[in-house]
Amino acid sequence: MSRQETASKGLSPLIKSAPWGLWFRQTMAVTRFETRKSFAGRRWIAAFLLAGGPLFLLTMRLFLDDDPGTFDGSTEGLIFATMFQSYILRMAIFFGCVGIFTQLFRGEVLEKTLHYYLLAPVRREIIMTGKYLAGLLNVAVLFVPATMLSYLVMYMPYGSRVMENHFVNGVGIPHMLTYGGVAFLACAGYGAVFLLMGIIARNPLVPAMLVLGWESLNIFLPATLQKISVIHYLQSITPVPLPFGPLEVITEPTSPWVSVPGLLIMTLAVLMLAAYKMRRAEVSYSTD
Amino acid sequence: MSAENAIVFSNVSKFYGEVLGVNKINLTIPPGVTSLVGPNGSGKTTLMNVLTGLLQPSKGWVRVHGLSPAEPEEFYPLIGYCTQFDTFPKGLTGYALVHSLVTLHGKGRTDTESITWEAIGKVGLTDAAHRRIAGYSKGMRQRIKLATAIAHRPSVLVLDEPLNGLDPMARTEFIELFQQLAADGLHVVVSSHILHEVDMISDQVVMMSHGYVVAEGEIQGVRSEIDEHPITILVRCDRPTIIASRVFADPNVVEARISDDGRGVIVKTRNVDEFYSLLNAIVLEEALNVEGVATTDEDIHSVYNYLVGPNGQPT
Repeated sequence: MSRQETASKGLSPLIKSAPWGLWFRQTMAVTRFETRKSFAGRRWIAAFLLAGGPLFLLTMRLFLDDDPGTFDGSTEGLIFATMFQSYILRMAIFFGCVGIFTQLFRGEVLEKTLHYYLLAPVRREIIMTGKYLAGLLNVAVLFVPATMLSYLVMYMPYGSRVMENHFVNGVGIPHMLTYGGVAFLACAGYGAVFLLMGIIARNPLVPAMLVLGWESLNIFLPATLQKISVIHYLQSITPVPLPFGPLEVITEPTSPWVSVPGLLIMTLAVLMLAAYKMRRAEVSYSTD
Repeated sequence: MSAENAIVFSNVSKFYGEVLGVNKINLTIPPGVTSLVGPNGSGKTTLMNVLTGLLQPSKGWVRVHGLSPAEPEEFYPLIGYCTQFDTFPKGLTGYALVHSLVTLHGKGRTDTESITWEAIGKVGLTDAAHRRIAGYSKGMRQRIKLATAIAHRPSVLVLDEPLNGLDPMARTEFIELFQQLAADGLHVVVSSHILHEVDMISDQVVMMSHGYVVAEGEIQGVRSEIDEHPITILVRCDRPTIIASRVFADPNVVEARISDDGRGVIVKTRNVDEFYSLLNAIVLEEALNVEGVATTDEDIHSVYNYLVGPNGQPT
């Protein structure tokens, strides 16, 4: 019997005998507890304001702008793409995730409440997974609908005929769903990165600013380096690409078939690293 | 006592970088109430955090009923830890906190409800259960913390300064609760720097100073090992001068003096058993009327002072 066969024979009973039901219940319990804490506190308010900003502006436009001009599908598409890539992705979701995910662990250390979790009969990987899911739920519930609604409201000033043409007969629905999907992937990817930073850094804002710098300067970097970023893959799957700006290094967008699994794999890898760090975490609040 | 039913520290050291937390701790704690005694910084909380897995030892290992914190699903149902941190997740009611933590133990919905109410009832917070913890008094916060520690019915209860902030009536209630839990077969490990409270609660003590265990065992046992400090005994009787004059015949008696109120004699002896034999003989021969005999320095405070000095410095 080959070593590989032996290994697979050894692993199979281990996976079968693992208490998956208990782990699932515990993960859900952590997620519920975190969600309850999150809404009992005020952490979500900043994310709510960030997510609601574009929607608020577009709604104001709907009421205040009597003459939206002639509808030209590509211009509106480009305007929304610009707003999505430069504000929603790079600012709103980014900082929303910084605020929510870095505090999942760091906030507990600062508030001296992490020990409640660590004294429960729950594997630390499960605590981390439950917290991550709660954070993801928190931001996704805000940013995904806000993005899709913003897209919808963007077209409302042009009247019902334009709306019908764009959404029923045109690309409106697929674009709206794609923007929602990209927003979700952004929440998942940035969420994992900032969760890790909340575990390893005493002040997660410092590495967060470094990530922001890296993601912002990304377009001026060589093509290979551009691919080591979350934003590159997110931009690759947005429905309307932005025109290249001055000094921007032109890079071929990565195919959605690579971008989406790539992002998910990156997210999983970062979460595994976070779980590894979490296993070794100690509670010594006085030294933090 | 088998290791399966004990808390065992084997050569445990914990360093915070260059700073010593505890060093070379070898300790076996039997069931009953055990108190960790020592001034601030002596290593009590570090030892409790290592015991409960919140800290990992730099060297050595800890086992509770043969289990290590590396096996959380088996280990943590055994452990209830009431930490000294007076902190709670924001915005929660007492009930919500205990309920959420019981849920993490993977119990069913009905069990979780009943277990939560049982724990809240034990600490006397039923009426305030649905109020936010942020509005609780210090004593109520101590109670809800204790509820989180006992809710899942652990077999080892670790309490870090549990009587802090409690009023005298609550202290009495808590002490009775701890003694009841210990009588039910639990390990209760308590840390305190208020020595007379520990004296009331404990079956055995572990005395710590500067990260080391300086003595352990039953209070009287620890006391009797300190040969260089004679034990002080107060004998109250109708004619104390007779006892004072006769006990000087015993070479182990180093001092005998009449008490301030003139109704007793205070004797310092290096051999208690011999002194009691002599005292019996004197009482019978002289037909003395003895009201009471008590040691005055077998309490933890005296023992601690003898061992490590009033400021944590050895005498």
